[in-house]
Amino acid sequence: MFKKSIFLILLMAIALGGCGKGQKTPGDVLDSNAAQKVYVAPGQKDEFYWFMSGGFSGQVAVYGIPSGRLFKQIPVFSQFPESGYGYDEETKNLLMTSHGFIPWDDAHHTEISLTKGLMDGRWLFINGNNTPRIARIDLADFKTAEILEIPNSSGNHASPFLTENTEYLMAATRFSVPYPQRDIPVESAAEGEFKGTITMVKVDPKTGAMNIDLQVLVPGYNYDIVHCGKGPSKDWCFFSTYNTEQAYKMLEIEASKNDKDYLLAFNWALAKQCLDQGKAKEVPASYYRNVHPENRHAVSERLTSVKMLHPDDCPGMMYFLPTPKSPHGVDVDPTGEYIVAGGKLATVIPVHSFSKLAKAIKDKSQVLKIIDGIPVLNYEATLAGEVEKPCLGPLHTEFDSRGYAYTSCFISSEVIKWKLGEWKVVDRVPAYYSIGHLSIAGGDSAKPYDKYLIALNKITKDRYLPTGPEVTQSAQLYDISGAKMKLLLDFPTIGEPHYAQGIPASMLMDKSRKIYPLEKNEHPFAAKNEKEARVVRNGKTLHVYMTSIRSHFKPDIVEAKVGDTVLFHVTNLEQDYDIAHGFAVFGAAQPNLLLMPGETKTLRFDAKKEGIYPFYCTDFCSALHQEMQQYLRVSK
Amino acid sequence: MFKKLSLKSRYLVAGVGFLLLSLYFLPLWSIRLVAPQYPEGMGMYLWASKITGHSEFDLQNINILNHYVGMDPIVEQSIPEFQYMPYILAYMILGAVVTFFYARRFMVYLGLINLTLVGLAGFYDFWRWEYNFGHNLHPDAPISIPGMAYQPPLIGCKELLNITSCSWPHAGGVILLLVGALLFYVIISETIRSKNA
Repeated sequence: MFKKSIFLILLMAIALGGCGKGQKTPGDVLDSNAAQKVYVAPGQKDEFYWFMSGGFSGQVAVYGIPSGRLFKQIPVFSQFPESGYGYDEETKNLLMTSHGFIPWDDAHHTEISLTKGLMDGRWLFINGNNTPRIARIDLADFKTAEILEIPNSSGNHASPFLTENTEYLMAATRFSVPYPQRDIPVESAAEGEFKGTITMVKVDPKTGAMNIDLQVLVPGYNYDIVHCGKGPSKDWCFFSTYNTEQAYKMLEIEASKNDKDYLLAFNWALAKQCLDQGKAKEVPASYYRNVHPENRHAVSERLTSVKMLHPDDCPGMMYFLPTPKSPHGVDVDPTGEYIVAGGKLATVIPVHSFSKLAKAIKDKSQVLKIIDGIPVLNYEATLAGEVEKPCLGPLHTEFDSRGYAYTSCFISSEVIKWKLGEWKVVDRVPAYYSIGHLSIAGGDSAKPYDKYLIALNKITKDRYLPTGPEVTQSAQLYDISGAKMKLLLDFPTIGEPHYAQGIPASMLMDKSRKIYPLEKNEHPFAAKNEKEARVVRNGKTLHVYMTSIRSHFKPDIVEAKVGDTVLFHVTNLEQDYDIAHGFAVFGAAQPNLLLMPGETKTLRFDAKKEGIYPFYCTDFCSALHQEMQQYLRVSK
Repeated sequence: MFKKLSLKSRYLVAGVGFLLLSLYFLPLWSIRLVAPQYPEGMGMYLWASKITGHSEFDLQNINILNHYVGMDPIVEQSIPEFQYMPYILAYMILGAVVTFFYARRFMVYLGLINLTLVGLAGFYDFWRWEYNFGHNLHPDAPISIPGMAYQPPLIGCKELLNITSCSWPHAGGVILLLVGALLFYVIISETIRSKNA
């Protein structure tokens, strides 16, 4: 949706006197010691891990900051031929949904698990927007451990933001649809026939397992993003909405009419109480929970109901706070008092006060009207202040620990720094170009690290060597440790990163796993030593229990018949850090397996034609890697 | 020669017994290997009764590397010394106990001689094991370099292809040296005592 806004930018550029035309970085923006500040000498390590959502790549990319070096792509919602993710028998079930096997999604928001409002580095959560899903990545081995589908929703954009102790993940509907889903005229959206849902996903504090506790049925607006409170506001989550007009076509015009849309303030703790008191109704639903236990097959479970709560049945659970105009971001400062809305089309940045909200909900005179059981409060009653004329197109805000807020401005393509409580802009730096989210390590938690800010840009244009019409996506790194923000580095990114989160390297690097212990490998088809390597026929299926170790496979020769399905269950017997083996078979319809030490994965080969089919190791493992090649014979 | 030991010397001999006892629980020797691909290094501990890796999978990983040049895998069963070393150690501890109660100077001499003999035999045995291990290579090894042997050093460091191999006494080895020094000290102090008497 942002790309379309380029026309708007061009118009703005003309209106503002032609700036933004192939501009080079002005000297006063670039830190004079930039090279020194981002240089991580060979063999040295970065200070931060930064997890960038992969946007339409469906994955997560892991960067080192300040160097801006890409370390890894974690496959999440999209198949990944490089490792076999989503193709092999072990992981393909992770991509099951009620719509069948969906090997792609649009991944937007990374969230690192929290304990007492602080990042704890256990799990990383990310949403799939297109076919509503939330994934959980284990940060000990940087692998997708679970994907949960969100039913009764569409456009899972306001997701997966966390409560302060990771009690719940929130998810809400961006593209409202009929509830329950049915065939009705699209025009009936305007009559309120379309609905949204707010979903509370319970996270098991020990295992991280996700489970939908509750859904709340809300008016059919577009719920854009959410952040939960902390400290005094810890029981609340705040959702931004646009299209309160409930337009169903030409939204760019029709959904931009209202002077104010709403923030939805949601008391999740009260919702939980109402759930416990039996006020929610069990309703049919269809969704999948896919769990991938270590070294086992991912298990897909189809679930058939959720608990649905209506705001009427749980008074005091939800309030609408009028907020100008089509707000995009909603961010809560580290103290939990201020709720900053990114008034995308507004001329101010409105900031709500949690303490004023707490007062206003006790004062009946502040209620303007009630929509579907949700009281709409007077704008002034909850307003803490407005940042006047901040920039054009303010979107998202993150915070430092010194009382400053940093807001991304899409249209004027800049980051502004302003003081909470004074509502005055104190600094601004350009972003190249059209920044969406911005990210400070811990910048949405109770403890920000006041060192770096990353701009996640939507347009790249002339920043790198051209690569045809499609150029790389781009991020910028700024130093925010001083009074003035200073640009340090441009670096390319994968997919279109939306949100990103950084965490000090020291919180993850020492617990990063090196191998999978073979003794704990419970894969039903693992061969844990060469004596267990064998071939077992089961009708037309040939199970090959195969081992790989430097520099050979066992069994030596595999023989199959035409018409067989050959399942190569390959176990990497190595227990040495970074000794991976690969496995590929000539003519196989499935990409190679990439096997970490102690790991078992399965490659399927359909024996269609007689002949001799070599298989070999695809990950250069040793001095005799080239010799790690053997044969499958297929006979009539 | 048959003079009784001083009380101090008896306690020192008892101390020697306890030090020797600790050798059941501490590695005697350590061999550490560092290579370009193994900057963190890996290695082996030699104990009185077993061989272990510096970390859980080091032995397995060393054996995997060794098989490229045709070396036999290092497994405890192939090292018979581990069967009788604990008994030699027990015999020496017994010697210390007997000397504590039957505290005669010649017993200390015997102890030091025993220790020296065991030490020399041990060194020779260790060298012989390293020699065989580094020289008896399988003829069909993938990597065969004429004239090249892979005998690790007895003590000190040595380059073996891409691997720097360092062999040094570990806690147990240091304790053995300390035991020798203590016995030597007892003999000297007893000699001085009898001269002054």
